[in-house]
Amino acid sequence: MKLRIFVTLKPGVLDPQGRAIHHALNGLGFDGVADVRQGKLIELEVADDTTDETVDAMCRRLLANTVIENYRVERA
Amino acid sequence: MKTAVIVFPGSNCDRDIATTLGEVTGTAPTMVWHGDTSLPDGIGLVAVPGGFSYGDYLRSGAIAARSPVMRAVVEAANRGLPVLGVCNGFQVLTEAGLLPGALMRNEGLNFVCRDVALAVGNADTAFTRGYTAGERITVPVAHHDGNYVADPDTLDRLEGEGRVAFRYAEPVNGSARNIAGLLNASGNVLGMMPHPERAIEPAHGRTDGRRLFEGLVAAVGA
Repeated sequence: MKLRIFVTLKPGVLDPQGRAIHHALNGLGFDGVADVRQGKLIELEVADDTTDETVDAMCRRLLANTVIENYRVERA
Repeated sequence: MKTAVIVFPGSNCDRDIATTLGEVTGTAPTMVWHGDTSLPDGIGLVAVPGGFSYGDYLRSGAIAARSPVMRAVVEAANRGLPVLGVCNGFQVLTEAGLLPGALMRNEGLNFVCRDVALAVGNADTAFTRGYTAGERITVPVAHHDGNYVADPDTLDRLEGEGRVAFRYAEPVNGSARNIAGLLNASGNVLGMMPHPERAIEPAHGRTDGRRLFEGLVAAVGA
């Protein structure tokens, strides 16, 4: 089974990289961009019987730093 | 005083801090590989050095913080053993949960590598007893991810409890409230982005870092 883990910065946490991307988009003439936030996509191939609890533990214990990041799991 | 220095793949300040500890304590530290599961007996300090452990993959310090030796470091810290994390070591200590908050990409996105002025926030700790509160010292920084982040309540609590050991005298990397070095609640764990081990002898151009190590030796005892 394939899992896609989206790790994103929590609202309110400043994202200097997102801001730089925003600035570069503006520089290319894309003026309609209100905000940019950069995150990560982590793809996992796991056994089909992997429980939600196990996936959640992987996210909390390593894949995301829950001090600054949220995560969302998508089962493919 | 016997000491230990943790070495991860990608550590690059381990020898700098080992040289400093050897010189200040008179005994060369034991270098402990990240895959080890225990620390040497009878040590008075564990140092988690700077560098780019695991190439900063995932997040700076994230993978190092989950390495086998860090379980032993966390246990020892919880028993009261002094632990000093410098630069990447600070990132590792936050990722390991020994210190609150997180260190994010510098606000200006640049790698900052220069001498910076620090103000000593709390001189009443084993690490800072060689300084006076409010004293200005100069120590180099060299980092990309030194922008300290925590929620406002946590920041208020840290300041109220005297846990800000060092502050940048002026903004360096976007760090919340200019925090450069932070203590745990018991005061036996210090994480700091500046490199005191690079300001030890006149040949370094600065010696302000030396008192941190000398103070530690005096506090912990020979």
